[in-house]
Amino acid sequence: MGVWIMASITFREAARKKILWTALLAGAAFLLVFGIGLHFQSGDFRNSSVPPFLRYQVVSAMLMIGLYTVDLLAVVMTTLTSVDTISGEITSGTIHAIATKPLARWQILIGKWLGFVAMAGVYVAIMFSGTIAEGFFIGGVMAQHPMRGALLVFLECIVALSVTFMFGTWFSTLTSGVITLGLLGVAFLGGWLEQMSGFTEGSRLAMVGIVSSLIMPSEAVWRRAAFEMESPLAGSLQFSPFADISIPSLAMIVYASVYLLIALAIAVYHFRERDL
Amino acid sequence: MSHEDDCAIRTQNLRKVFGDKVAVRDLTLTVRQGEIFGFLGPNGAGKSTSIKMLLGLAKPTSGEAWVLGAPSGDVEIRRRIGFLPENFRFYEWLTPAELLHLHGRLSGVSASKLSERVPALIDMVGLTPHIDKRLQNFSKGMLQRIGLAQALIHEPDVIFLDEPTSGLDPLGRRMVRDIIRVQRDRGATVFLNSHILSEIEITCDQVVFIREGEVVTSRDMRAQQEEAVRVEVRARKISPECVSGLARWSASVQVDEERLTFTTESREALPDILRHLIAAGADVYQFTPQRMSLEELFMNVMGEDRGL
Repeated sequence: MGVWIMASITFREAARKKILWTALLAGAAFLLVFGIGLHFQSGDFRNSSVPPFLRYQVVSAMLMIGLYTVDLLAVVMTTLTSVDTISGEITSGTIHAIATKPLARWQILIGKWLGFVAMAGVYVAIMFSGTIAEGFFIGGVMAQHPMRGALLVFLECIVALSVTFMFGTWFSTLTSGVITLGLLGVAFLGGWLEQMSGFTEGSRLAMVGIVSSLIMPSEAVWRRAAFEMESPLAGSLQFSPFADISIPSLAMIVYASVYLLIALAIAVYHFRERDL
Repeated sequence: MSHEDDCAIRTQNLRKVFGDKVAVRDLTLTVRQGEIFGFLGPNGAGKSTSIKMLLGLAKPTSGEAWVLGAPSGDVEIRRRIGFLPENFRFYEWLTPAELLHLHGRLSGVSASKLSERVPALIDMVGLTPHIDKRLQNFSKGMLQRIGLAQALIHEPDVIFLDEPTSGLDPLGRRMVRDIIRVQRDRGATVFLNSHILSEIEITCDQVVFIREGEVVTSRDMRAQQEEAVRVEVRARKISPECVSGLARWSASVQVDEERLTFTTESREALPDILRHLIAAGADVYQFTPQRMSLEELFMNVMGEDRGL
């Protein structure tokens, strides 16, 4: 019961934060720009001699770029909205009135976590639906497995959330935010390095990417999502930056799931043990 | 571990160390059920850390503490504990009623009971005219009032109040005093940490003075008048021997020409002191025992240079 009360109040608290509305506003602006871009591209294609096959691939690539933007927005929004929920409330003393209620510490932390999971789910659902719908109705293209892609992006958000919570039980809001964003940066860079290694079959570069993904598997999860959503033909033609050059295996998705559970378990343990 | 039946709070050699800093050295105290207990000490004496350990917010480095017979931090016993933190803060987008409903639900109070208690508590702390406002529009004093209400929402048996009157005007302070007495009258134990000694003096049944995380002394406020007394003497021929001889009864003797003031722990010593003054050659014109305020007692116990 206590977990659900905490989840509910956390969801409402998060939904009132400016960062969420800023992210939604940015998302709305993105959808507007994306829709206009698709509209113009489709119009230009109608008056051009580009073969339909190639038109489809170009618009599909645009859709993937759009979904990648949604992915980045969702992960950053999840991190920034949740970064002060533990450390900030400890610093301000807000947590004292909660932690002295008949609730175990794990219930407080898991309740908060579930509240942000729900918020990330709503955000990903809205933004994915909007982007996919625009791709379909304006551009005439459809992602290969949009539900799988959305779920994987959702998983990526939960990975970032769990890492944010873990650091939030140790450090100040600013420090834990910087560390989490730094790790996301490492993952971003590592993912692209691994992708680049596919062009040269450079195993050393690939190793840098793999190690980065092990340190923070968020970007690897996105690349798997891209693989699931992109048409097999576009992927194999290496037509977009998300082509099937270096596809994270399902083992990496399992690793990311275990990774987030371990981060969450560490967060629960440290929150239970620490002084407030 | 056994504990006395009428004991609401008990600590045994409680100690808390942060790195190389000792916050609470060795705290041993007992608070009886139904008592209003004042917890006094200068800044940095370890009061807030002690309260945090009693509430399970901080883990003791060593020693033990029990609240209502359960080890401090026990989750289930918190259903019977209320707490007003110093500088109460909460989600500022809530209204007072929403905040009390939330804390009531977290404390396990049924929805039907909350529908009765929430308006009554808001009225009790004088916030009915502000019932539709959000907490972000509340003053510090108003936040203290709603914080006090959340500490009482589940009618707890033990209530910890950390500086409950800070930010309140005189009317607010009186309201807090009255609420505390109402809680005692229904049998609750109140653990009160306050810098406002006059409030403690009026309100508390028992006080302890702590310094560097140790109990220096305690006072039963109901018998305080019998225990500590300040004496003002007007006399001539006050010799140095006469003054130094008073050290047997008092550590705080002050001489200002023909005026001698000091504090002694017991009225029983007064005849002996008067005999000493006369034997030492002083011509005593006036010998006036006065009731000692808690502030004077505090200064006497802690020393003049220690701030509150």
